[in-house]
Amino acid sequence: MGHYLTAPLRWLAQVIGIPLRGWQRMTGQGGMIALFLLPNMAIFTVFVLIPLGMNALYSTTGGVEFFLADRPYVGSEHYQRLLDCENYLQPRSCRDDMFWVAVWNTARFVIFQVGIMTLVAMITAIILNRAIPAKAFWRAVFFFPVLLSPVVVGLIWRWILQRQGLANLGMVELGLEPVNWLTDRFWAFAAAVGVSVWAHMGFYTLILLAGLQAIPRDLYEAAEMDGTPPFRTFYRITLPLLMPNLLVVLVLALIRAVQIFDEAYVLTGGGPGTSTMFMTQYIYESGFANLLRNPGLAAAASILMALVLVVLTLIQLWLSRRAGGNR
Amino acid sequence: MTKFLKIMATASSLAIAASAQAGEVRMMWYSDGVEGEVMQDLLNRFMEENPDITVTLDNVAYQVIMEQLPIQLAAGEGPDIARVTNLKEQAEHWLDLTPYVEDPAYWNENFGAQFDWMRPDDSEIIPGFMTQLTLVGGFANKTLFEQAGVEMPGEGATWDDWVAAATEVQESQQLVAAFVIDRSGHRITGPLLSSGAVLKGEDGKPAPLDEAAQAFITKLVDWTESGQHMKDVWVSAAGTTYRSGADEFINANIAMLYSGSWQIANLSTKIGDGFDWVAIGSPCGSAGCSGLPGGAALVANKNTQNPEDVGKVMDFLAREDIVKEFSERTLFLPAHKGVIEAGGLDFQTDDPQAKAALEKFVAATGELIPAANEIPAWRYANAVYGGMVNRISQAMAGEMPVEEIFPRIDADVAEQVNAAGSGQ
Repeated sequence: MGHYLTAPLRWLAQVIGIPLRGWQRMTGQGGMIALFLLPNMAIFTVFVLIPLGMNALYSTTGGVEFFLADRPYVGSEHYQRLLDCENYLQPRSCRDDMFWVAVWNTARFVIFQVGIMTLVAMITAIILNRAIPAKAFWRAVFFFPVLLSPVVVGLIWRWILQRQGLANLGMVELGLEPVNWLTDRFWAFAAAVGVSVWAHMGFYTLILLAGLQAIPRDLYEAAEMDGTPPFRTFYRITLPLLMPNLLVVLVLALIRAVQIFDEAYVLTGGGPGTSTMFMTQYIYESGFANLLRNPGLAAAASILMALVLVVLTLIQLWLSRRAGGNR
Repeated sequence: MTKFLKIMATASSLAIAASAQAGEVRMMWYSDGVEGEVMQDLLNRFMEENPDITVTLDNVAYQVIMEQLPIQLAAGEGPDIARVTNLKEQAEHWLDLTPYVEDPAYWNENFGAQFDWMRPDDSEIIPGFMTQLTLVGGFANKTLFEQAGVEMPGEGATWDDWVAAATEVQESQQLVAAFVIDRSGHRITGPLLSSGAVLKGEDGKPAPLDEAAQAFITKLVDWTESGQHMKDVWVSAAGTTYRSGADEFINANIAMLYSGSWQIANLSTKIGDGFDWVAIGSPCGSAGCSGLPGGAALVANKNTQNPEDVGKVMDFLAREDIVKEFSERTLFLPAHKGVIEAGGLDFQTDDPQAKAALEKFVAATGELIPAANEIPAWRYANAVYGGMVNRISQAMAGEMPVEEIFPRIDADVAEQVNAAGSGQ
């Protein structure tokens, strides 16, 4: 059976190898790299670069038509509308106040979600790194929500948190007053943050756990022999050696948090009012869901959001290099 | 290898051919109640009569009709036929059925009254037909009123009367809220017009919200803040997303629901003998007691590859006997002039409450004020609906005082109209 399979494969490799060797002779190593990159670059161009370019073009056109050819050129009008603000800290002073509400909601969400999630993921990773009973089971438990679709996550938590949901039923059973989790502005925002932390922390816990396991045990043993208190051990050994993983976690979580949409949209619909309307929802609503769509405005908003993501990615690259250099 | 390539080539060519094969018609359909099953039944009968045509019914969520269909249509794709409520906004995409139906005069005679709702201004095309007429109106939980010992307001009762009575029931029966209006600009437009508001300016464009409109919106926000109007339905979404209050009524969490005639089958099926309910029409304002007419239409996509087959399907479904049967089985108000004039609709329900509700809504069509009749054919209606829902929800959620939302609504509507008109 083995011979039956390897013979044709060997023949195929030889057939493919002939033009490849010819190409390598002609172009050298650089040419080979270009050749192997070509399929990826083609796919990237078709599915990323061209849509990006078209999105940029859309952002300079107006009207409700979807075909670019049918859309009149309006220049920077959409950007002017989005950025026309007396005071950027007060959305109500802006011409498109919804956009700035969404920007500030997203900023608040990023700060709370990333902060809380990183902290919780780190604590969880430290606990899971210890010799606890049923370690594998607990690791699976914390990772399980990552496997769920964001829409499922949103629906599950909506059933739990709605007025007559499980959370309120439990509170009533305990003799407590039910809480309007999804119709109170504070609680709805807290729910969006909490649910997002619950849904994604497993992935980041795993990254931190890998980092913790890479720290040599003898460092801890030496610290223990010296009688170093646990907090000092954490501060002097764990944290510095975990820093590269922590940076990866922070930046990945940051980029993901900026793009928050699906689970929050299913959970709160952006409400109450606009308390949980984030940038991606603003783009979606403007471009697709509003009774009168404005694809150009949505495209302009998405370009501005992309700029924020580019800045965050550059920070990630800078921090990664810096962390790499320090090691 | 050659065999594999041959199979692949055949499969590809079949797939390409299938996308535009003669005799195949796709219909995109959404359901509020049982009408999907009824439509499938009717289509099965059509296919028996016309074995050379296969009609595939794609049952989708209403949100797909609202959000995905417009994009498909704009891209020159989409189903051959679709059931749509956002008619005027997408008028440019509907096929003119005139050359494809057997008797255009029949269509004009029986469905012509609503053609302007779905075709471009000043156009003479036959764009499709209304599967049903709907009328916005209210329902009351009769059992809760009786248990509370509160008499239901009678003919000519105002919004204030109804809210006061429902609030008494709320307090007596410890309900979550007294009443709810669906989260929809369409739903609150009837009460606004009944209050004397003028939404359509003399130039045909949206007029700024006047005192009458502001007064009703202020009341609605006040009722929400005081817990009389159910907050959940309106503040559980941002933007223009539609939310129905029907489930709250079905679960007896409220004493009164303001929704529309299309809910009758839904209420009848889901409430069953859980409690007694009645249709109450539209509470009155200073200018009348009007709901808003509307409905869903079956329209053909002008990009269809099979207009002749589409014409045959539409001709079948528009037949007088078929429209009558569809209306009787779905408990919908028909839009067919001949069916209405002939009368004697035998709505197929054992539920006397549903029959009484249908009669009430038919009677309420006589109370429509002229301004309400103009709205379905007004191209800027959606701009007004969207602006109102979004901002009223903000005021209800306590994000801004109600006085602040009025200039915001005017600005939003103006911005939308401007953007839709000529690209900003």
